[in-house]
Amino acid sequence: MAILVGKDTRVIIQGITGKNGSFHAKISKDYGTKIVGGITPGKGGQNVDGIPVFNSCEEAISELGKIDATCIFVPAPFAPDSIVEAADSGIPLIVVITEGIPTIDFIKAKEYATRKGARIIGPNCPGILVPGECRIGIMPPYIFKRGIVGIVSRSGTLTYEAVWQTTKEGLGQSTCVGIGGDPIVGTKFVEVLEMFEKDPETKVVILIGEIGGNAEEEAAEFIKKHMTKPVVAFVAGRTAPPGKRMGHAGAIIMGRAGRWQDKVDALKDAGAHIAESPSEIGLKVKEVVEKYGIK
Amino acid sequence: MNIHEYQAKRILKNYGIPVPEGEVASNPAKAKKIAMKIGGNSFVVKAQVHAGGRGKAGGIKVAHSPDEVYEIAKNMIGKKLVTHQTGPEGKIVKKVLVEKGVKAKKEYYLGVVIDRSKEKVCVIANPEGGVEIEEVAEKNPNLIMTEYIDSFWGIADYKAKKIAKFLGIPAENIVKNLVRMFFELDCSLCEINPLVETEDGEILALDAKINFDDNALFRHKEIAQLYDPSQEDPRDVKAKKIGISYVGLDGNIGCLVNGAGLAMATMDEILLAGGKPANFLDVGGGASLEQVKSAFSILLSDKRVKTIFVNIFGGIMKCDVVATALVQAAKEMGIKVPIVVRLEGTNVELGRKILNESQLNIITANDMREGAKLAVEKVKEFEQEAKKRRSKKKETYV
Repeated sequence: MAILVGKDTRVIIQGITGKNGSFHAKISKDYGTKIVGGITPGKGGQNVDGIPVFNSCEEAISELGKIDATCIFVPAPFAPDSIVEAADSGIPLIVVITEGIPTIDFIKAKEYATRKGARIIGPNCPGILVPGECRIGIMPPYIFKRGIVGIVSRSGTLTYEAVWQTTKEGLGQSTCVGIGGDPIVGTKFVEVLEMFEKDPETKVVILIGEIGGNAEEEAAEFIKKHMTKPVVAFVAGRTAPPGKRMGHAGAIIMGRAGRWQDKVDALKDAGAHIAESPSEIGLKVKEVVEKYGIK
Repeated sequence: MNIHEYQAKRILKNYGIPVPEGEVASNPAKAKKIAMKIGGNSFVVKAQVHAGGRGKAGGIKVAHSPDEVYEIAKNMIGKKLVTHQTGPEGKIVKKVLVEKGVKAKKEYYLGVVIDRSKEKVCVIANPEGGVEIEEVAEKNPNLIMTEYIDSFWGIADYKAKKIAKFLGIPAENIVKNLVRMFFELDCSLCEINPLVETEDGEILALDAKINFDDNALFRHKEIAQLYDPSQEDPRDVKAKKIGISYVGLDGNIGCLVNGAGLAMATMDEILLAGGKPANFLDVGGGASLEQVKSAFSILLSDKRVKTIFVNIFGGIMKCDVVATALVQAAKEMGIKVPIVVRLEGTNVELGRKILNESQLNIITANDMREGAKLAVEKVKEFEQEAKKRRSKKKETYV
């Protein structure tokens, strides 16, 4: 078991003929993901590494049948429209890799998709990976190993860091979800934590947060009230000055909102195990696993 | 993106929100001229910098004649203004806004922001203006009204009426126009603080702050032009030109990292090792030779940087490619400070081999923590040597 996706998930890629779309389509397909088609308006009939390209989601579905998930690589000015199109076509899971979508556009796209019953992961995220089964997005597959750790994160390379460390500790991952670095994201920490709590394969969870917003505080409240599984947390940005955007659109301390200390305090208070340094995430998980006698 | 007060007021005026009569001047003669045009015997001269706290710092002054306006403008323009938001280095005043003095009967607060948690645009109103809204929100949250705005419908008339009634002034249209502006121009924050009712019963935006969503500037060319590099750290301006995600800090260990989260975590690790980062720098997930080179050029032009810490997690990008780019960039640019490199990920062994064989002053670290420690050690060595050199110099002069 994993969360969100698995070996039978049928995936299409919107923006498949672009540089990133085609590059990652191939890696995902080679990894064993069921990449059944791709969309680029005006390029229907072509193929990318044997993956058929269609002009629209509607066209793809009429040809391929049911689609479980889409991965969007479309440039920021057009990505919101791609989200709406996917939602209109009834695709239940929309993973948005694109960085730089205007916030107000995304607020609208998310409301629209939610109304249509679709879940969005991202934007500005590395995607989802279930080791050995399914890769949607851009995560490097070779660092993963199937195991007991569920990982949820606002950052890309820092996620890889946590994956790599848990792989080296021999623990492995059940599912890894990058929720994205934008101020507003399709799926928040709390929703992923809830899924991990229910997933029998996940025994321990790593949460990687950063400064800005209050998603970590919300997560802390959920952990306190509902999580029975141990959570190891790392929050990036201890040294980040206020009022400056630290790379991610969402990583900014505005006045008193989004400060590092508040997040760490909230998570600590909720009983999460805090990794003080990014280098000790794996060790901390190992410690927790031993402490709780998790097998 | 931030803009100046005078620019914000022009935009408000275009959206039908009244502002005091006034104009911007870049020299004292022009300031005096504006005052003469306005007439009367009460003026306000306001330093135009991208920072709050101007009043307490002497950046807002009252004048009673055009000549006085001239004198005040002369003392402001070209000088640096230090407020609690600028940091000790302050910000250069290139322009002043000269306005007609306004006799305010009462001050109000009106703001529009995005509530990240509720995922909606919201209007915040407070009948007590002129104070910091966050402070009020913490101490007296019942003084504040927050109304959420439907993303598709915009602001409903009844809500604008409700907010105006709460404030106790006929500001319904101001509220509606401000929200319309927020959506149309892709703002991330608009704040009228204070909004005032004058003794003549006029409602005016006495001060205004507007921030824009950087990600939406591609469709607002006229706003993108309002970018003022004189208000930014010169290092940040250079990085922006090159297209690298960078924030200048005041430490001495230059950081070059791929990925925003890892870049922040690297700074944190340096702090834990007892050092201070000189910057945040995300070279991007791909990290091509060109990107690595331009990232180096920013670090090298920063005199603060005494050691460089390169922290790369080679995911899709292979470590040997990153290592080759590093070596090439370092050779071409003649880097004099020590470089500590931590590589992890695909082809890491090959990458380390390339670095070790490069005959450059590159120290390889096995993990992030070790890298940070080494960088801190190198900075200390560098400083001690510099000290020795200085004392030797003194001896020869004696």
